[in-house]
Amino acid sequence: MKKRPLSKTSEWTFELIQKYNAEIARVAASYHLDTYPNQIEIITAEQMMDAYSYVGMPVGYGHWSFGKQFLSVEQRYRRGQMGLAYEIVINSNPCIAYLMEENTMMMQALVIAHAAYGHNSFFKGNYLFRTWTDAESIIDYLLFAKNYVAECEQRYGADAVEEILDSCHALMNYGVDRYKRPSRISLHQEQERHKEREDYLQSRINDLWRTLPVKDRPPGAQEEARFPVEPQENLLYFIEKNAPLLEPWQRELVRIARKMAQYFYPQRQTQVMNEGWATFWHYTLINTLYDEGLLTDGFMVEFLQSHTNVIYQPAYTSKYYSGINPYALGFAMMSDIRRICEKPTEEDQRWFPGLANTDWIKSLDFAMRNFKDESFVAQYLSPKLIRDLKLFAVLDDDADNELEISAIHDDRGYQHIRQTLANHYNLGNREPNIQVYNVNRRGDRSLTLRHIQHNRLPLHEGTDQVLKHLMRLWGFTVRLETVYEDGRVSLTHECCKED
Amino acid sequence: MKLARTNRVGEQIIDRRLNGKNKSAVNRQKFIQRFKGQIKKAVTEAMSGRSITDLNRGEKINIPAKDISEPVFGHGSGGKREGIHPGNTDFVSGDRVARPPGGGGSGGKASKSGEGDDDFSFELSRDEFLDIFFEDLELPDLIKTQLAKQVQYKTIRAGYTATGTPSNLNVIRSMKSSLGRRIATRTPYARKLREAEEELAAVLLLESPESPAMPSPRVMALQEEIRKLKSRIRTIPFIDTFDLKYNNRIKQPKPTTQAVMFCLMDVSGSMDEGKKDMAKRFFTLLYLFLTRSYEKIDLVFIRHHTVAKEVDEEEFFYSRETGGTVVSSALQMMYEIIKERYPSSDWNIYGAQASDGDNWTDDSPICRDVLINAIMPHAQYYAYVEITEEGHQGLWREYLAVKRACANFAMQHITSPADIYPVFRKLFQKKLA
Repeated sequence: MKKRPLSKTSEWTFELIQKYNAEIARVAASYHLDTYPNQIEIITAEQMMDAYSYVGMPVGYGHWSFGKQFLSVEQRYRRGQMGLAYEIVINSNPCIAYLMEENTMMMQALVIAHAAYGHNSFFKGNYLFRTWTDAESIIDYLLFAKNYVAECEQRYGADAVEEILDSCHALMNYGVDRYKRPSRISLHQEQERHKEREDYLQSRINDLWRTLPVKDRPPGAQEEARFPVEPQENLLYFIEKNAPLLEPWQRELVRIARKMAQYFYPQRQTQVMNEGWATFWHYTLINTLYDEGLLTDGFMVEFLQSHTNVIYQPAYTSKYYSGINPYALGFAMMSDIRRICEKPTEEDQRWFPGLANTDWIKSLDFAMRNFKDESFVAQYLSPKLIRDLKLFAVLDDDADNELEISAIHDDRGYQHIRQTLANHYNLGNREPNIQVYNVNRRGDRSLTLRHIQHNRLPLHEGTDQVLKHLMRLWGFTVRLETVYEDGRVSLTHECCKED
Repeated sequence: MKLARTNRVGEQIIDRRLNGKNKSAVNRQKFIQRFKGQIKKAVTEAMSGRSITDLNRGEKINIPAKDISEPVFGHGSGGKREGIHPGNTDFVSGDRVARPPGGGGSGGKASKSGEGDDDFSFELSRDEFLDIFFEDLELPDLIKTQLAKQVQYKTIRAGYTATGTPSNLNVIRSMKSSLGRRIATRTPYARKLREAEEELAAVLLLESPESPAMPSPRVMALQEEIRKLKSRIRTIPFIDTFDLKYNNRIKQPKPTTQAVMFCLMDVSGSMDEGKKDMAKRFFTLLYLFLTRSYEKIDLVFIRHHTVAKEVDEEEFFYSRETGGTVVSSALQMMYEIIKERYPSSDWNIYGAQASDGDNWTDDSPICRDVLINAIMPHAQYYAYVEITEEGHQGLWREYLAVKRACANFAMQHITSPADIYPVFRKLFQKKLA
């Protein structure tokens, strides 16, 4: 095929970006990638650092922790310990992707393929994102949050706002509904509801703490029903609705933190898939363009070098090793699915009868839409990949003074490794299972949490600090009981209200 | 950053590079504010280890990471956990290996677990550094701040005027004025119109309804007047040049202040390199401190042994001489220079003198007299630091007399480099009113 490359130097211009983008869009469409419209923005390195420190969002409310984040990014960048990420892409509609002006044309094209078509289609397609986040309204909500926090700072003082936000941040991982689906509302509705909610909540809380005697109580009902009746996993939600002493504006701040946590929840559950998907597609799209003769050999060499860095997986013995690289695992698994579809071996036929010899585009799309990291690994990690990566499982039990290699990449080990790795990506296992258990309504109004231990994993030393934050929000004594695996319950942490 | 939201289905590429880049400045300040205590401690520590010539830049600050950590629920070490790692070489299942040192972390990851306790480090900019460094300090006697020779102006808002350029047009003011004028000019016509209409109604009521075709002359006159009045009201212009109001900006002279700082140092044989270095640190601190209050600062370096000499900075700090010591020679020279070049009506005069306290015995009373009679009446502030490990000599005693006589004279004793900063703070401590 005759070569007619889009560009020959590494300099980029707006016209070139447009040309590349158009070509990538064309190829992406031929692979049936369904995306939100793209809004590609060129920014400077400084702006990239700003975006970094707001967890990648274009706006955010003011808080010192973002300042801390910024300082550490700036420091590492200046010292050259870290290059800035290739891209930041925002799960919004239109999907905003940032390109850094310092990058070469190759890099811009790579980022466009990776972010604007890879991540973008993942955001639009994956069930978790579809369920938990609302791409239409996120930017508006962030703006609302930013203005609301600023307004509170003006009205109640920066310190008072900071205190509440600090406490909310400490509990953010427990501000998520794991099973219930939130309803979508627009910014306008949000504002309208906000006032309503304030009044209503205040009235409800007062009722919860009603001290008037209840007449029709059956005599002899000694044991009062627990409140909440069922344990609650969403601590921030529970606080927002039930904490007795919070002012309405403080409740709204809790709500903002909770909403942010909810928005980022899918990202935390789909790291391997999301990065794997985006990496697979930048690789596939750029290669397709090369095959069509639109890219120069120089471009490809530079591209492959970047790509190889991204998916580098050091072995456990390497000094660079810090766990499994989600890009590497994700890319390997996505490519492996394509391989199984196109050229299944006898082993693949046995392990993936439903996958072998199917249309790889459709199968991959199905995988992207309907899984999260945990289930994705459990479903698709193939024996061949386990062998390629030479995966092995290590059992670390503190009752044993040695580590045990519980499985390696052999026939007996595949299932075990697959399941163990899947568990590793289960947020429910990674984070301690802590739920609201009871509120003492008649006595000291204390709040009791329960930590249900799993595999005897204890809580770390920071727990008391977190409880202090919780007490600040709750307003009364907070206790934490541990439920051991044999069913024993004991009070392990307590944070008393000082009078 | 302003987001251009669009409903257009399609791709767009936006250049955002010119948008503000310091979005994080607010959060950075919030961070510094919150950890001021720790940062201040780090700044003070950094000072003692830092060469004085570097003072004019920012500083890398280390704060223990645990002080600024954000706690969350998490698992501690212990319990039973199983991890997957890549790159197996020679393990087979069932192998038992010793737990790697340094952690009950998760198996092979133990090498990582040591990193948690690192300090959090970041750069303070020069201004932030100096702000924290000089916090709670102030220049004594700042009352006399003269306008410098070159007066600078700054533009400030000063009400509104009736003339100006279109770009300064104040729309709200102009519309207010237009509305007022319309109401005012309309009122007399409106009143007459009302009266005429009432009269017309009354006349029509009186006149017989039999001859509607032929209205009386009175009626015709009234109708004509009503028509005229209405057109008068209609022709009042909506906006008139008279209404236009412009934002007024005037130039205000901006006081620029200037100061001169005299550095006096003894370079006789007894002042060794260590002492000179301490003196230098002290001068530099004072200079930096002054730069925060004055836009223009002249430096005059006078070194002396038995005779005084005005020199440049390089020579002041680095060249070496030997010989006896006559302090008054330097004071005399300072006085001459003030008279000649820095009239105290135009300049804020600061003196800083460093010496090891050694002086020719008969000279010390002369020093006292020169200071009290000649220099102190002109100077804003005069600071004397004595750098010695031995007991005080004659000069110190005479200077104590100066201190009693002049409120703007200060003296302190330094024995080691670590003293410099505390002594400096003591000299310039904010006096509670």
